[in-house]
Amino acid sequence: MPTWQLRLLRGRPGSSPRLETYRVELPAEAYLIDAVEKIWAEQDRSLLFRHACHHASCGACGVRVNGRERLMCITPLREFSPDGVIQVEPLRHFPWLGDLLVDVSPMMRRMAEVGFAIIRRDELTADRPLPEGIEQITRFEDCIECGLCLSACPVMAADEAYLGPATLAAIERMLAEPRGGDTARLLTLADDPHGAWRCHSAMECTAVCPSNVDPASAIGRLRRRLIVEKLRRWIGGGR
Amino acid sequence: MSYHVVVIGAGSTGAAVAHDLALRGFRVTVVERGEVASGTSGRNHCLLHSGGRYAMRDPESARECIEENMILRRIMPEALELNDGLFVALDEQDLSFKERFLAACEECGIPAREIPVKQALALEPHLNPHILAAVQVPDGVFEPFRFCLSFLATAKHNGATVLTYTEVVDFVFQGRTVVGVRVRDRRTGEERVIGGDIVVNAAGPWSGKIAAMAGVDVPVVPTAGVMISVGRRWNRMVINRLNMPGDGDIIVPQRRTAIIGTTSWRVEDPDFIPIPEDHVRLLLDRAERFIPGYTRGGIRGVFAVARPLVGRRGVAADGRELSRTFECFDHAVDGVEGFVTITGGKMTTARAMAEKAVDVVCAKLGLEIPCRTREVPLLSYRAFF
Ligand SMILES: Cc1cc2nc3c(=O)[nH]c(=O)nc-3n(C[C@H](O)[C@H](O)[C@H](O)COP(=O)(O)OP(=O)(O)OC[C@H]3O[C@@H](n4cnc5c(N)ncnc54)[C@H](O)[C@@H]3O)c2cc1C
Ligand code: SF4
Ligand code: FES
Repeated sequence: MPTWQLRLLRGRPGSSPRLETYRVELPAEAYLIDAVEKIWAEQDRSLLFRHACHHASCGACGVRVNGRERLMCITPLREFSPDGVIQVEPLRHFPWLGDLLVDVSPMMRRMAEVGFAIIRRDELTADRPLPEGIEQITRFEDCIECGLCLSACPVMAADEAYLGPATLAAIERMLAEPRGGDTARLLTLADDPHGAWRCHSAMECTAVCPSNVDPASAIGRLRRRLIVEKLRRWIGGGR
Repeated sequence: MSYHVVVIGAGSTGAAVAHDLALRGFRVTVVERGEVASGTSGRNHCLLHSGGRYAMRDPESARECIEENMILRRIMPEALELNDGLFVALDEQDLSFKERFLAACEECGIPAREIPVKQALALEPHLNPHILAAVQVPDGVFEPFRFCLSFLATAKHNGATVLTYTEVVDFVFQGRTVVGVRVRDRRTGEERVIGGDIVVNAAGPWSGKIAAMAGVDVPVVPTAGVMISVGRRWNRMVINRLNMPGDGDIIVPQRRTAIIGTTSWRVEDPDFIPIPEDHVRLLLDRAERFIPGYTRGGIRGVFAVARPLVGRRGVAADGRELSRTFECFDHAVDGVEGFVTITGGKMTTARAMAEKAVDVVCAKLGLEIPCRTREVPLLSYRAFF
């Protein structure tokens, strides 16, 4: 069985973090989360990291792997060479709690402001009409609130109050299918110097998103919607 | 009332117990050594059981499932996908179970209806076209992390404290009565004592270890299972095999993915579960029989976790034979006061498990407070943060 070398960022707030190297034996079919969990189970019980689902659905295990935002649970070890080093660091632009752990509550509170979207149609119905009897079908929104896009976003680095790609994408999603929601409030939320206009289309969010959300395009659509709304109000002689 | 209850574990069981306690007016502290749902609850197959799976072999579990399934639909909308399930017969042997299955579902109160194969294939175009029968049931899919967070968010709103990254390392006794737990804050390394009138052990497959810390024996058998998710959602509904429960007989769709599971083997230490390669092969093989081409689109994740199955004391078992229902142990019978264990069961039945555990807590304290968790809707999981 191959031995993998992991270099993990370690430390606690208040002291400067350091990189520490661990060796862990696992088959090439295993994932990065298995390696980190094994280090915790067998080598160092003080290691802090977040995880729950191990299949890219809870959004808990986001980190930076060799500088790139990834979910540990779908990062296969076979991508790396046992001779090389896999460097794992916490996400950026979140309060750091120690080791690989960050506090995601600022993002979750922003998402809460938007509300909760469920997709009414499922994947298969996109190309086929639903037979009678299961029109109630719904499925989870794609965004798993992992925060990878926030960590990768250069605007986030410059503006702490920026709503961020995930939240803007969520607003766009709600506006596309409001189901009685308060669209005026959402438009106001997005139409803000720290909202949709702050994005400068670096596209990093879409590049790192593990869940097909494509926040960059969503922000583009949101801006167009905001412009259309403005024109409508202006033509209608509104405020 | 100012009784304080300490709950060990923030999986589905501990989360639901905390919610029930807070709703009945207790002061509550939840201690969890990792993230919420970092144990079994976060990593399971995500099937909101209709009970169909257990109808033939374990009707007690089946009845619990359908009852709880209907309750969760009312109280937990943000963590559930309500997409129904199909039990399909792949061969003659499966088919021979059909009448028995329909009768068992009826017996357990599970709304099940046979639909023509042609209609099933229209609904599920990727399903093996040679299926011989299909029965639709009210299965669903849950989001395990959000499931636990919803209970905890509501508990917090009602005054509970939730301490994550806080590990129980020992019990504190007065004579033969548990009066608290010693915990280690994993962020600071500091240890301290949290006092409680009652301590509830909801540590899932670790509940045996926790009970041992308090010097009592809980017959929990950590029984692992593997699941594999792929990069395409092949099915709308949950696809189950119409047969007795076995390995690799359910494909759960989730967002744009599908998950085949599970297997079943006994493990000693649930902290780290190496994945047996032959289980992976078996699952992929089985998946192929339901949905030819299952792995086209790539394998996305392979994971394993252990069930906290309740065994009979001293009886060995491989897992599938153990009942999936739950048990609440008042350790007064073992001579230890102030300590209760709630384990076994399913994620789907977490609320019912909590009701039972909190009834026991109330009885121990001589209180009569009705349970309200059937009616009270939960807050959004995001309210946890
Ligand atoms: C393979 C598999 C598939 C399954 N699929 C389904 C399904 O599809 N549908 C369904 O309804 N059920 C399913 N189940 C069952 C379900 O997952 C479990 O019954 C349920 O999650 C158990 O929850 P729990 O809260 O009791 O345990 P856990 O979720 O394990 O919670 C216990 C918690 O205690 C914590 N803990 C342990 N030791 C300590 C300590 N010393 N101090 C503090 N905290 C501690 C752990 O970190 C953990 O978070 C499945 C189980 C398995 C194994
Ligand atoms: S948009 Fe994508 S990257 Fe951003 S939080 Fe949602 S799932 Fe994660
Ligand atoms: S552990 Fe849930 S997304 Fe990785």
